[in-house]
Amino acid sequence: MRDLPLLSLVTFLPIIGVLFIMPLRGEVEKVANNARWIALWTSLAAFLLSLYLWWQFDPTTADFQFVERANWLPQYNIAYHMGVDGISLFFVLLSTFLTPICVIASWAPITTRVKEYMIAFLVLETMMVGMFCALDFVVFYMFFEGVLIPMYLIIGVWGGPRRVYAAFKFFLYTLLGSVLMLLAILQIYFLIGDTTDIPTALHAQIPAAAQTWLWLAFFASFAVKVPMWPVHTWLPDAHVEAPTAGSVILAGVLLKMGGYGFIRFSLPMMPDASTTFAPLVFGLSVVAIIYTSLVALAQEDMKKLIAYSSVAHMGIVTMGIFTVTAEGLQGAMIQMLSHGVVSAALFLCVGVVYDRLHTREIARYGGLVHNMPKYAFCFMVFTLASIGLPGTSGFVGEFLALVGAFEAGQTSRASPWVAFLATTGIILSAAYMLYLYRRVIFEKITREDVRRMADLHWREIVVFVPMIAVVLWMGIYPNSFLKPMQPSLARVMERVPAAASLAHPAPHLAER
Amino acid sequence: MPAAAIPSFLPAVPEIFVGVAALALLMVGVFRGERSATLVSWLSVAALVIAAVLVLKFGVTRRVALNGMFITDGFGAFMKIVTIAGSALSVMLAIDYNQRQGIARFEFPVLIVLATAGMMMMISAYDLISLYIGLELQSLALYVVASFDRDSVRSIEAGLKYFVLGALASGMLLFGASMVYGFAGATGFEALQHAFQGGGARSIGLLFGIVFIVVGLAFKVSAVPFHMWTPDVYEGAPTPVTAFFAVAPKTAAVALFVRVMVDPFGHLVGDWAQVIWAISIASMILGSLAAINQQNIKRLMAYSSIANVGYALIGLASGGDKGVRGILLYMAIYAVMTIGAFACILCMRRQGKMVEGIPDLSGLARTQPGLAFAFAIFMFSLAGIPPLAGFLSKFYIFFAAIDASYYGLAVIGVVTSVVGAYYYVRIVKIMYFDEPAPAFDRPVSPVVGAVLGISAILILLFFVVPAPLTDSATAAAATLFAE
Repeated sequence: MRDLPLLSLVTFLPIIGVLFIMPLRGEVEKVANNARWIALWTSLAAFLLSLYLWWQFDPTTADFQFVERANWLPQYNIAYHMGVDGISLFFVLLSTFLTPICVIASWAPITTRVKEYMIAFLVLETMMVGMFCALDFVVFYMFFEGVLIPMYLIIGVWGGPRRVYAAFKFFLYTLLGSVLMLLAILQIYFLIGDTTDIPTALHAQIPAAAQTWLWLAFFASFAVKVPMWPVHTWLPDAHVEAPTAGSVILAGVLLKMGGYGFIRFSLPMMPDASTTFAPLVFGLSVVAIIYTSLVALAQEDMKKLIAYSSVAHMGIVTMGIFTVTAEGLQGAMIQMLSHGVVSAALFLCVGVVYDRLHTREIARYGGLVHNMPKYAFCFMVFTLASIGLPGTSGFVGEFLALVGAFEAGQTSRASPWVAFLATTGIILSAAYMLYLYRRVIFEKITREDVRRMADLHWREIVVFVPMIAVVLWMGIYPNSFLKPMQPSLARVMERVPAAASLAHPAPHLAER
Repeated sequence: MPAAAIPSFLPAVPEIFVGVAALALLMVGVFRGERSATLVSWLSVAALVIAAVLVLKFGVTRRVALNGMFITDGFGAFMKIVTIAGSALSVMLAIDYNQRQGIARFEFPVLIVLATAGMMMMISAYDLISLYIGLELQSLALYVVASFDRDSVRSIEAGLKYFVLGALASGMLLFGASMVYGFAGATGFEALQHAFQGGGARSIGLLFGIVFIVVGLAFKVSAVPFHMWTPDVYEGAPTPVTAFFAVAPKTAAVALFVRVMVDPFGHLVGDWAQVIWAISIASMILGSLAAINQQNIKRLMAYSSIANVGYALIGLASGGDKGVRGILLYMAIYAVMTIGAFACILCMRRQGKMVEGIPDLSGLARTQPGLAFAFAIFMFSLAGIPPLAGFLSKFYIFFAAIDASYYGLAVIGVVTSVVGAYYYVRIVKIMYFDEPAPAFDRPVSPVVGAVLGISAILILLFFVVPAPLTDSATAAAATLFAE
């Protein structure tokens, strides 16, 4: 079993599903149903395979595992090279976990062009998984950019009223960022000796003068993806207009591409520039945390509020990454995974009520606890996880990231103000989330149509239960996630010189 | 008196064959009368296929023939294959179209075959004089096919415009050639190359000559600022002719451009590189900005072709075999995308009449999902979005630019490609997001459908096995620099 090309299987399994969906013909209703089932089974199979991946994963080494290599463009020294380490493993899991959930969540709401919709999601899954597994820059870039096509169509075809504007904005913003990264990749090719192999690049010494520009080019791409203030403006538009499942994937996985890129590429390949530009990242992160939290407080649209909260939460991630402390990096990773599940779940919560009343306006709701108690419970779990209540995944991530920031604040790496200001952001997040929860769930029901809303359908429960389980698991026993990623993160830290000097033996939360 | 040595015609067999085939096809047409258009079309496709085989047989090894007028090498063979394929596919696309438009005459395929002979001659030219002869043979045939729909005012206008401006450009080229001859004392590429070795024989007059030649060639590849004819001619000419223009003559002219700059004037690269730089940047910027507001799909493709030439010229400006390799791959992939896109445009027919407005594509994804999907593939590919072939073609070009440390050119290139992505993706938006317009006529002609399907599959799956094309391009590019 070890000899099987597991990563390629996980990556391209969804494409096999696409090949089955493609030839479906005949009665619209029947085709739609078959497409849904095929999409569900293939995405579940991919998820099970990736679980097997996790089971087989060796958590003691920082090396890439399950490596596959095949010649692709031998002249350019470009190969189809795949592999995962502790950093990418969980993003693969996150992608394969969320895709079946998206399929189930779209079961009833999506009624037009179901076949194409399912094809788009399966293609998207292939792109996401492939991107996290790729160990060659060109392969990576192809998956990274390839995401744009299905996502553009998902937003544009099945989206809300301003979907065209949002789809274009999403597409062009992301494209502009990533083409600059492409040039940087080409430059790295020549700097590290005519290869696009990522493991080689991770061990190469790139001259400090070149690092600056390369770092900025990568930053242009990842900052848009994360998104960091002030290039975040595509996100609220895209989130609001995308169909529910589209928002789930956007918030759940696509935003993580930026954070993943920072950890995977920016830190180990351009350590000097990462140190130089760390204050810039801290500044933008803190602005993102505080400013977008305040903006979220003022939103009238549920999806927009959660979208802005995403920007704030990802601000904590970028801050954690660039502290380059063990806690900061682990916190950023956990925060990304947690946000991947929690914000995805929150978008699904919005989707649930939107499917019933077809509005996302907060003021139209209120008092849902009376007729939708199960819904109120699920929503509460995710709200608290988003705030970072101890026992939920959000707490572990935010806590570790802030510890990292405080630790960096004691050295010259970061100003103590970074940690201080970021912590106020946590308070703000409690404010806007609880405010949202109160307005939607509590108070008296005043409207007749709200009173008639039905509680969760069993299909919706099927969606929420595994997500709640993951949130609690990550919050109560984070070690099963932290352990495999620690060696890989430690190797990233070794590459960054300034961080090595302050690496006093800091015990990890998990070991305490 | 000893007989003058008869030059070896062997390397020129493909060209001779195409020329003879054109005349033979003309005879067939004359004797079979007006109704022979379809037959002659298929015969000319067959002739072009045979010509491609002959190119592979006789045209790949590097040989200079015909008293130094003519060269064959891998570079030329690669470009000739692309050109011939473009011509053959255009003839195939035209069969059904010409019949429906009532312009099915046997002269059409014959003219295309003649133009192809000229283009092959251009690609193989090794002397300024043979260059000019090839160019004119091509151009004269092109002027006629542009106005082939002779009852349409637009088509006539296109032909006339093309003729007047083309003649001007040919004149400039000839003037430049004569100045080069005057100041360097030779017209053969080999002699010129030797004359300039080590930067010798440079003079103001020579530079003037080179600039005039560049102007003439820039016109032929429709690079800014000599692009003015392109949108009008592309819009006015019959659609299969536009497809032909966008692929075959363009490829041939780019090949000629590369050979002229690299071979005779290669040692003067410091003098002409900045000119190429300037027209490359201007083409990319104008090509992407001007296309944004177009409402006619053929005009849009015209601006797109201008922008694409800008990208190809990056390869030339970067120089070296990496740059040439980039150009070869770029033109090959571009040819497939463009033929495919025009095959889609040929399907835009409503109640027997061709429509060309971009809004006519509204909601195509719902009325004809297959067609819309293929069109979307071509558009995303032209925009350079991976994993489609168009991405790899741009990748090779930027690869060369970064290798040559032309960072500014590369950055401008990628930024304009984002601007360009806007108008390509807008077409996808119109097809997929907008409310459906009345459906196009069905069924699509089987030939057009086949061309469309095959090119879509090539573009979509090129990334699976890119190595064969890349390998042959590398080998071809190397021959240009072999001494």
